[in-house]
Amino acid sequence: MIYEVVVELKEEVLDTQGRAIQQTLARLGATQLKAVKVSKRFLLDLDGDEASSLELVQKLAAEHLANPVSETFKCRKL
Amino acid sequence: MTRVSKLGQPRIGLIQFPGSNCDADCVDAFKRLFDIDIQLVWHEAHELPSLDGVILPGGFSYGDYLRGGALASCSPIMSAVKTFATKGGPIIGICNGFQVLTESQLLPGILLKNASQTFICQYAYLKVAAGNSGYHQRLQGQLYKVPIAHGEGRYFVPADQLKSLQDKGQILFQYADEQGQVNDSTSPNGAVANIAGIVSENGRILGMMPHPERASDVLLGSNDGQPILEAFLATVL
Repeated sequence: MIYEVVVELKEEVLDTQGRAIQQTLARLGATQLKAVKVSKRFLLDLDGDEASSLELVQKLAAEHLANPVSETFKCRKL
Repeated sequence: MTRVSKLGQPRIGLIQFPGSNCDADCVDAFKRLFDIDIQLVWHEAHELPSLDGVILPGGFSYGDYLRGGALASCSPIMSAVKTFATKGGPIIGICNGFQVLTESQLLPGILLKNASQTFICQYAYLKVAAGNSGYHQRLQGQLYKVPIAHGEGRYFVPADQLKSLQDKGQILFQYADEQGQVNDSTSPNGAVANIAGIVSENGRILGMMPHPERASDVLLGSNDGQPILEAFLATVL
């Protein structure tokens, strides 16, 4: 089973990549583009039942894939 | 790997991760300045030799994959380093070593991509902030010209933790200009409160983005790193 973890910077943390992309796209003509937010997507392939797998994915995301100082994350089974 | 230290010399160990690249600079600086032979410890070791102080060097451990320092913080040796820290063992983390310290939660905060999105390699002027740690006491009152070389050096902590750092006197170095002024324009990477280095609550662990080991000889452009390394040794002795 494949589980997805999406990690995003918190709202209050400056997303420098997103800002650079937004500025470039705006310069290319997308003037109505207000902001771009970049996130990280991890796909984890696990054996086992869904409940225990999702629990492990949540744990790995909380402890390693995301840093709680600057990031939030969401997990789901695909 | 253990080596008998010279009588009276502190036993300093340096953790080598795959991708560390300032290890040799530290070995050279400590030998040349203090005649100390650093013991190198590979990251796969599970135990530290008998040491009085630990260095986490600069570089790009694990290629900065996931986040700078994130994978290195899970290296086998880091359990032993955390135990060493819990016992009050002195640690200095330089650049990537600072990132390893925050990712290991031995120091608060995180180092994010520079606000400019560019790798920055230049001299920085470091002002010592208010605080009572041994580092503060030894280094206070001077400005230090020390190089920075990083892509992910923008120190960040949430506002409540920043206040805690200030209240407890844990901020050691702030990016300043040549006159010692600290403001938004003197932060090369956008770090919150211009933070370039912090110490742990007990003052035994220092994390800093600038490279004191690269400022260890006037021929290299500055020897302002020497008093910083001496301050580390003072926490060891």
